[in-house]
Amino acid sequence: MKHLYDVIIVGAGLAGLRAAVEIGKDAKVAVLTKVFATRSHSGAAQGGIGAALGNEEEDHCEWHMFDTVKGSDYLGDQDAIEILANDAPRAIYELENLGVPFNRTPEGKIAQRAFGGHTRKFGEAPVKRACYAATRTGRVILDTLWEQSLRRGIEFFDEFQMLSLIVEEGQCCGVVAYELSTGKLHVFQSKAVLMATGGAGKIYKTTSNAFASTGDGMAMAYRAGAPLEDMEFVQFHPTGIYKLGILISEAARGEGGILLNNEGERFMERYAPVIKDLAPRDMISRCMLEEMRAGRGIDGKDYFHLDLTHLGEEVIDKKLAEITSFARTYAGVDPIKEPIPVQPTCHYMMGGIATDADGRVIVDEKNTAYAGLYAAGECACVSVHGANRLGCNALLDTLVFGRRAGIAIKAFVPSAGRPKLPARPETKDADTIKALMNSSGKESSGPIRAELQESMMENVSVFRQKDSLNTALKKITQLKKRYQHLAIQDKGSCFNRDLLDAIELGHLLDLAEVITRSAINREESRGAHSREDFPQRDDQKFLVHTMARYDAVKGPQIFTKPVTITQFEPKERKY
Amino acid sequence: MQCHFTVYRFDPAADEKPHYQEYEIAAEPTDKILDCLNKIRWEQDPTLAFRSSCAHGICGSDALMINGRTELACQKLVRDFKSGNNFVIEPLPLFDVVKDLIVDLEPFFEKYRQVQPYLKPGKNTSGKEFIQEAENQEFIEPALRCILCASCTAGCPINRANPDYLGPAALLRAFRYIFDSRDSTTEHRLEKIDADDGVWGCKTMWWCTEVCPKEIPITKCLGQIKRAVMQKKKGG
Repeated sequence: MKHLYDVIIVGAGLAGLRAAVEIGKDAKVAVLTKVFATRSHSGAAQGGIGAALGNEEEDHCEWHMFDTVKGSDYLGDQDAIEILANDAPRAIYELENLGVPFNRTPEGKIAQRAFGGHTRKFGEAPVKRACYAATRTGRVILDTLWEQSLRRGIEFFDEFQMLSLIVEEGQCCGVVAYELSTGKLHVFQSKAVLMATGGAGKIYKTTSNAFASTGDGMAMAYRAGAPLEDMEFVQFHPTGIYKLGILISEAARGEGGILLNNEGERFMERYAPVIKDLAPRDMISRCMLEEMRAGRGIDGKDYFHLDLTHLGEEVIDKKLAEITSFARTYAGVDPIKEPIPVQPTCHYMMGGIATDADGRVIVDEKNTAYAGLYAAGECACVSVHGANRLGCNALLDTLVFGRRAGIAIKAFVPSAGRPKLPARPETKDADTIKALMNSSGKESSGPIRAELQESMMENVSVFRQKDSLNTALKKITQLKKRYQHLAIQDKGSCFNRDLLDAIELGHLLDLAEVITRSAINREESRGAHSREDFPQRDDQKFLVHTMARYDAVKGPQIFTKPVTITQFEPKERKY
Repeated sequence: MQCHFTVYRFDPAADEKPHYQEYEIAAEPTDKILDCLNKIRWEQDPTLAFRSSCAHGICGSDALMINGRTELACQKLVRDFKSGNNFVIEPLPLFDVVKDLIVDLEPFFEKYRQVQPYLKPGKNTSGKEFIQEAENQEFIEPALRCILCASCTAGCPINRANPDYLGPAALLRAFRYIFDSRDSTTEHRLEKIDADDGVWGCKTMWWCTEVCPKEIPITKCLGQIKRAVMQKKKGG
């Protein structure tokens, strides 16, 4: 089946929906999503969205910018970070005006609270910068933007899995997609495509991410020649529920919660004397692992206590509502009375499809645009998060850069041509699916995925070193070979999860390879990338973005791109 | 421990009518029912179809029937049931089955769209946020917990008898906008909902409240709408 649009948006999380709302009726736009729109993983974001509104105490966009630069361990591009911080208040007021039900101050303004790495006066003390709706901030913004999309008559293709990008005459001009309920292939021809497909946490065994977070957009753009940037920087959030990885928001610490080791010591006081438990995520996750190695994990094991008991029932129920129920349901503990067992969990990809600050995908270190292809949100790398993202900046990123991508696309569409498509652009994907369905191979997705997740968790998580990285790379190469012998047991065409698992697994394998290759290449420690064999940051050699280009034969080809530094010269990062 | 699962199966392309299939799996008391379904799919039967995504009760994908009661498969653990490790898994009632545990929710979302689920604010020239009392935000807060899992509507006896009834989920969304102080069309919203298939379809049977996995006092919220409709009539 063929469809004709001006713009195809892939993904219906905050970045995709914000772009859709921006484009509205100005172009013919359709949103494709592999899960129903409101199931998108943006909805799982809990704690808040950062903006220097100054509703609770003095705050400035410049402070926000500085914190983000420092949080990124100076790898974020400062021109892009300036846009992020300066546009934040506008983005929040806009959301509020659209209907987002933020919590309120006694004066009826948007309420704000403290969050990791956000400070006043360039690091003096924590500042209340996170706007929030209890611990459902992502969910209420997702609902609001989805409802605004309905109001504007945006067309949705829910439960459509994108398979590949269509590129003709050097322009991305459509996608091939698979309809989950029928198994039919659809060709969506367009002038522009926006990738807004979110993260890839399912590469790791322990993750806060959804089953859907398999990096489809990153992998497909990569295979279509778009370089992936800074993929070695993977965020491990310090407070996932022990063994499950389900997130307990940083808001818990923003409201005063503290981390304790097996001696009952608030150990972050030793590592970050100024902002303590509100240090950035990369740092706290590292400190937890160091405490564990020193035998100070709870019961000598690999977890710690997140203690909220001193906050009182009202704060916990009103401001941290959702996490109370998570702790009760999944960990069997009542956070009003007892501490929650937590450990680091894979949470966010700082890296992604390389773009400029208007969502245009770029193909080289000179920011040359990939005609017709755009990306925004977690699947993109602008880069505003550099080597480590601060809490509250992810939702902000989706809204600021989702909107800017929408504006850029609107400007592109009227002047863009429509390259002629081949008679059947879906042939290659149809052949791939046919081969998988008819394969007589002996492999299935489950064991390959499990082995990948375990190896990545073991070798390419918080701490890394050359040997472990090489072990992981060898494993990935083996698993890729086994993937060639994958067979699909479900022969049906209606909600064939077996087939979808196989497609997603292909993406996970490609991205795991890029993450590991990029990590091997970066022989320094910066932000979330911590090399035990190279414990220092090395600005001489590595104050650059890692770029990885697809090569079907030789594997990821690494090159670099300069970092943009405007106001803040790199300094040692202390909290 | 060993768990016994009896699972509803129906593939319209292959089956004349639905049947139940039995599976034995090893599970931990702390495993979610969703983990068990995944185990069945990954280890025994890749053809079993069900929806899931976030796996911790936020996305609303995996509402289904467990031992005759509407639940989120990711929010219930094996240890939560006193059924001797026997589980009967069925799709949500009320909706047409697409395959196995997957139902067609389009009628559910159609009702949702009918209540104009978006803010229609008055003018705001401040260039900043609307000022809203914290109490007002707290009043609508229960409705913000809704994850559109469709449990309430599937469980509502009125919905089963009257397919035109808006149903608890759509009415709850209406509640959220009727009582949002920033909305400028409250009167109009109340007029539209003042109908037998609207808020008066609710006969206060509490089933929606009983099954809501987010513990939203839905019946109470609908009661607030009824009260507002009556007050408006008295006043005007």
